[in-house]
Amino acid sequence: MDLSFQIQGGDFTSAGTASSQVRRTLKELGVDASVIKRVVVALYEAEVNIVAHAYRGLITAEIKPDQVFMKLIDEGPGIADIEKAMTPGFSTASQEVREMGFGAGMGLPNICRNADVFNIHSVPGKGTTVEITIQIK
Amino acid sequence: MNPFHHALRIRKEICIGCSRCMRVCPTEALRVIDGKATLHPEWCIDCGECFNVCPVRAIVVEDDDIAKIFRYKHRILLIPSVFFAQFEEKLTLDAIKGILYDMGFTELCTVEQGADLLVDEINRYVAEFNGEKPVISSYCPAVVRLIQVRFPSFADRVMRLIPPLEITAQYYRSEYEKNGVPLEDVGIFYVTPCAAKIAAIKAPVGGYVSPINGVINMSELYNKVFLAYKQKGTSENEHCTLIHSSLSSVGVRWPTTGGEAAIIQDRALAIDSMPNVIEFLERLENEEIKGVDFLELRACDMSCCGGILVQGNRFLIKERIDKMAEELPKKHMLDQKFRNVCSGYIPMDPVEPRAMIKYHADFTIALQRMEEARRLLRRLPDIDCGACGAPSCEALADDIVCNRATMEHCVILHAHQADPEMMEKIWGKKRFIKK
Repeated sequence: MDLSFQIQGGDFTSAGTASSQVRRTLKELGVDASVIKRVVVALYEAEVNIVAHAYRGLITAEIKPDQVFMKLIDEGPGIADIEKAMTPGFSTASQEVREMGFGAGMGLPNICRNADVFNIHSVPGKGTTVEITIQIK
Repeated sequence: MNPFHHALRIRKEICIGCSRCMRVCPTEALRVIDGKATLHPEWCIDCGECFNVCPVRAIVVEDDDIAKIFRYKHRILLIPSVFFAQFEEKLTLDAIKGILYDMGFTELCTVEQGADLLVDEINRYVAEFNGEKPVISSYCPAVVRLIQVRFPSFADRVMRLIPPLEITAQYYRSEYEKNGVPLEDVGIFYVTPCAAKIAAIKAPVGGYVSPINGVINMSELYNKVFLAYKQKGTSENEHCTLIHSSLSSVGVRWPTTGGEAAIIQDRALAIDSMPNVIEFLERLENEEIKGVDFLELRACDMSCCGGILVQGNRFLIKERIDKMAEELPKKHMLDQKFRNVCSGYIPMDPVEPRAMIKYHADFTIALQRMEEARRLLRRLPDIDCGACGAPSCEALADDIVCNRATMEHCVILHAHQADPEMMEKIWGKKRFIKK
């Protein structure tokens, strides 16, 4: 079962569409609720990253009998230092944004924590690709 | 006990197969087969949306006959505040009570007496709850069933405290028992504003057994009271207990939207009507909603004021309830007695999830069926006309892959085959291109 979604940078109104659709599909298939929750948390976080930081992106979700594989490819500024970005609490957000309750620097660590396999690849000035695998059984 | 006891039944001999019920069912539990609405019992949640839209009254509520009360020596009637609020002001509370006593009831009690006790209990429960929040109220049985079937992952968030109705029923049963009355002589009856409450009494969730012996249909009782009033005027029979003074403003507002949320100290939201409840629960499932501690969810628009068996306009009923509340104290006079008698009865077991199996219990088969259904869906016209007997093109595709229907059921594709020009004039050429 393959699903795909086009994401537009800055379109917060539609952010969450991909994770919502994937959730619905997994639920209809009878996947365990705790697995669905991990998929939703990881995918929503990654989806919002594209909306907040990139110009546009493509999300594909592949549901196989044993796992869900999600790939998020964006065209955007990319991440210069991935290791730093993966550090819990590290954030590029301004003080103002942080005071609003966003940009706590937990985005990537949160995705990583919910994924069974997590890959990230980025070219500064070009874009970022994130791969998330979550086992169903 | 049958876990799928339903309070709604389709009278096949009357059903005209118009499909209106099928279109409003929130769990897609209805199909039209052989010209009749047919129910999938495992998916039905007794919300009564179908009952509301049926043009020929083919859907009936399985209540108890009022004559059943005479099996008991003591005939107690539990009356929710919406019952009184249905009547125009000139038919006073005392007049209604007199008529009900004339009908053979021996004691009349307001249902919401049990609510006062819950105020502290719910707040403590929410504060001490160590699962994931929000805690979801157990008040509306249609919502509890919706969660079991459509949102099973939230089943453990349903508050494990029995609703006011059951507290009140337990209280009166205990009182009679304490006074040495044999319990087989005590008949506790409830006037219900909806079907879901009947299902909740006959097939309760959370390991609970209700002491209520029978459920009376509110619209039938309304008619009986109103008829008696029109024919005989007000009754002299007023030897009754004081209903009004044993009810509080908090209790009387409990069945209205916001009645429960208002007493929650933490962050609470009140949401009514089925589409709104579903939308909110989906957002909660999407992890979009954070920081809410308590959810008051009600299946009917304007909560119990809009119950399917309630007579009259739900907004006027809400107004009358608010007026009643203004004249009442914040706590009712039986409050302390209720605490002494009922505190032990209040906890219940967790609500069991009862997830709908859409495709198959085996994941690999489910996945194959879903992929096949998505392929079929691309060939279907995507106008959800319902002429195939399923509520949507998606539901038809699902039915086909589960061997409950065939592609031949699609009337639109047949019509297109017979007269492509005419169908494309209405629905466009693109719709009929096989993708």
